[in-house]
Amino acid sequence: MFERLSVMLMKEFLELRRDRWAMFRLIVPMILQMLVFGYAATFTVHHVTTAVLDLDQSQASRSLISHFAATSRFDIIDMATNQREITSDIDHDRAVIAIVIHAGFSRDLENGKSAPLQVIVDGTNSNTALIALGYIAQIVANFSTEQAASRVFPSRSGPAAAPVVGISLQMRPWFNEGLNERWFFIPGVIGTLTLMQVVSLTAFAIVREREVGTLEQILVSPIRPVEFILGKTVPFFLIGLGDIALVSFVGIAWFHVPFIGDPWVMLVGSALFLLAVVGMGLLMSTFSRTQQQAFALNFFLLNPFFILSGFAFPIAAMPKVLQWFTMINPLRYFLVIIRAVFLKGVGFAVLWPELGALALLALIMLTISVLRFRKSLD
Amino acid sequence: MSPDSPAVLAEGLTKRFASFTAVDHLDLRIEKGEVVGFIGPNGAGKSTTIRMLCGLLRPSEGRASVAGFDVGRQPEEVREHIGYMSQKFSLYGDLTVRENLRFFAGIYRVPHHDLGERMRFAISMAGLEGREDVLVRTLAGGWKQRLALGCAILHRPPILFLDEPTSGVEPEARRRFWDLIHELAAGGVAILVSTHYMEEAEYCNRIALIDGGRLVAMGTPSELRQRSLGGDLFEVDCVPLGAALKALGSAQGVVEAAIFGDKLHIVLGQGGLSAEELPRFLAEREIRVGSVRPATPSLEDVFVRLVSTTRETRAAS
Repeated sequence: MFERLSVMLMKEFLELRRDRWAMFRLIVPMILQMLVFGYAATFTVHHVTTAVLDLDQSQASRSLISHFAATSRFDIIDMATNQREITSDIDHDRAVIAIVIHAGFSRDLENGKSAPLQVIVDGTNSNTALIALGYIAQIVANFSTEQAASRVFPSRSGPAAAPVVGISLQMRPWFNEGLNERWFFIPGVIGTLTLMQVVSLTAFAIVREREVGTLEQILVSPIRPVEFILGKTVPFFLIGLGDIALVSFVGIAWFHVPFIGDPWVMLVGSALFLLAVVGMGLLMSTFSRTQQQAFALNFFLLNPFFILSGFAFPIAAMPKVLQWFTMINPLRYFLVIIRAVFLKGVGFAVLWPELGALALLALIMLTISVLRFRKSLD
Repeated sequence: MSPDSPAVLAEGLTKRFASFTAVDHLDLRIEKGEVVGFIGPNGAGKSTTIRMLCGLLRPSEGRASVAGFDVGRQPEEVREHIGYMSQKFSLYGDLTVRENLRFFAGIYRVPHHDLGERMRFAISMAGLEGREDVLVRTLAGGWKQRLALGCAILHRPPILFLDEPTSGVEPEARRRFWDLIHELAAGGVAILVSTHYMEEAEYCNRIALIDGGRLVAMGTPSELRQRSLGGDLFEVDCVPLGAALKALGSAQGVVEAAIFGDKLHIVLGQGGLSAEELPRFLAEREIRVGSVRPATPSLEDVFVRLVSTTRETRAAS
C-alpha cells in the first residue's frame, strides 16, 4: 500500500515541479481574487449620485440639503431648477437618487406639521437603492430631531413647548462592532476560493490522466482503487490546506480581519472541508471522459454551490427546495465554521454540527467516488 | 499458473454495449512463448477483447482465463501476471525515462534488490542508454514505444497484451519493436498483439483474424495462406486497371478480383474463365494485357477473401 502510494505521490510532486506555471496557477489567482473580493465585495454604498430640486428655497431646506452634502455617501451632482431636469438626470443615469423639496416645506415645519419630502430612487439596482434609502431615512431622522429640538429649546418660555420624547437606539453589535462588512466577507472568500480551486484541480487531474491514456495503464496494474485515489487526492488536499493558510494570511495581514478563534478548530474544519471538496472533484471526474466535459460540469456546478452557500445571500430566505440543496453543499458548513472561528472565536462545543456534517459529506462523496471509479471503465 | 495450462484461454467470450455486440462468442487459446497476432479491421473487436482479457472490461457472457485466473472473478490476480501496452501513449511526458520506470516499478512492487537490474534492462532494451534523464515527451515515437514496452515488462509478466503498439511508428522502429517481441517470446512470454499492419501479421507465430466481433480464422501464416481461397490466384498486369476490375468482377468463374499496386489480383474458380482465356477476354474489352502469372497469395489476399466470404455467409443466413 505505502510503496504504491509513495510512488504515486512522488510522481505527482515531480509533475508539479516540472510544470513551470504550476506555482503561478496555484498561488497568484488565489491572492488576486482575494484582493479583488476583499475590496469589491461590499454592500456599503458610497458617493451615490444625487440630484436636488429645492422648490422651497428656505433656510430649512438649505439646511436639509447641507446634511446630504456633508456625508460622503451622497454626491450632489445637480441642483435642478425644475422637475424635468430631475427626470432627465435619472433617465440618463446621471443620478441614482433625486430629492425634491416642495414649496411650503419650511412653513409646514414652522407650524409643527409634518413636512413631506419627495425622494425618487432609480430602483434598477434594488440593492443600492434600498441601502441608499436607509441612509436617507437616517439623515432625515437626524434633521427632524434637530428641527424639533431647535423649536423647543430656544423658546423655553413658550407655553406649548411640550417635551420631545424620542427613542434613541443605542446599537452595539457583537463580534463585529463596527459592522465591518469586510470581516463578514473575507472569511467567506477564503472558503469560496478554496472550493473552486480544489474541486477543479482534482477533477482535471484525473480526467487528464484518463484522456492521455496513463489512467488505463495504471488500471491494468494490480494497484487498488483506494491507492490510486489517495495518490491522486492527497496532493490536492495539501495544496488546499496551503491555499487556505495563504489567503487567510492575506485576509488577516492585509485586510486586518481579526482571527480570534483557535487555529486547531480552523485546521480540523479546513481538513474536513477539503476532504469533502476533494471528494466532489473526484466524483465529478468519474462523470467526465474528457477535459471539456469536466470543464462544462465544473462551470455548471460551481456557481450554484457558490450562490447556495450563504456567502452573500442568507440561506433562511431561500425557497425550501434550495434550502435542502444547501445541505449537500460543503461550503455552506465551512462558511459557518470559518466565520465563527475568525470572528466569534467559538470552538468544537458550538461547531460540532457543522464539523459533523462536513465529515459525513466527505465520507459519502469519497465512498461514491471509489465505487464509481471502477465502474467508470465499463 | 500450472505448467500445462494455456497462457490465455477464452471460451465464448462476449461483450455487449447496450444493443451493440462488440465481441461475439470468441474462442482463443494462446500457449506460453507464442506470439499471436490479432488482425482485423477497425471496430472488429480487437481492443474490446484485449481489454476484457486485462480485466478492464467485464465480459457480458462466456469466460476467459489468463495465467490460470478467471478474468471476471479474479481480475486482481490477472493484473499481477500481465503486461499491457495500448496504442495510446501511456507514459508521463513530464517525467524522465528513469522516473517513469521507477514509477511503474513501484506500482508493480518490483522487489528493491531487482530494481536496478530491471531498469537497466528496460533502458537498454529501449536503446535509451545515456538518455535516462531526458524528459519522455521529448523522445521520438519509436523510443517512446519501446520505453512503454519496457515499463510494461518491468514486473516480468508471463503474458503480454499489446494493443496496436506500433500504430503511428515509422517502419524501421516497427521492425525493431518486433525484434523485441520475439526476444520476449523466446523467453517464454505469451504475447497477444493486435495490429492493422498486414506485413506485421507475417511476424506472428499464429494469427487470429477477427471481424464483426467474431473469430474468422485462426492459424499460422502458412496455414492460412494454404487455405483455399476458393480457386487459384493470378497476378494480371493490364491497363486500365479500373475497367479490368469492373469487367472481371462480374465475369463467370472469377471468385475475387482486387487491385494490388499497379496489378490486378484475381482468384479463378472452377468451371468458368480460365487463365489461358484471360488475355483474350480482356482484349475483347479493349484492355491491354501485359502478363498473367500465377501468384502466391499474400496474407492480405487471404484476409480480404476470408472476411468477404464470412460476411457473405453471415448475410445469407
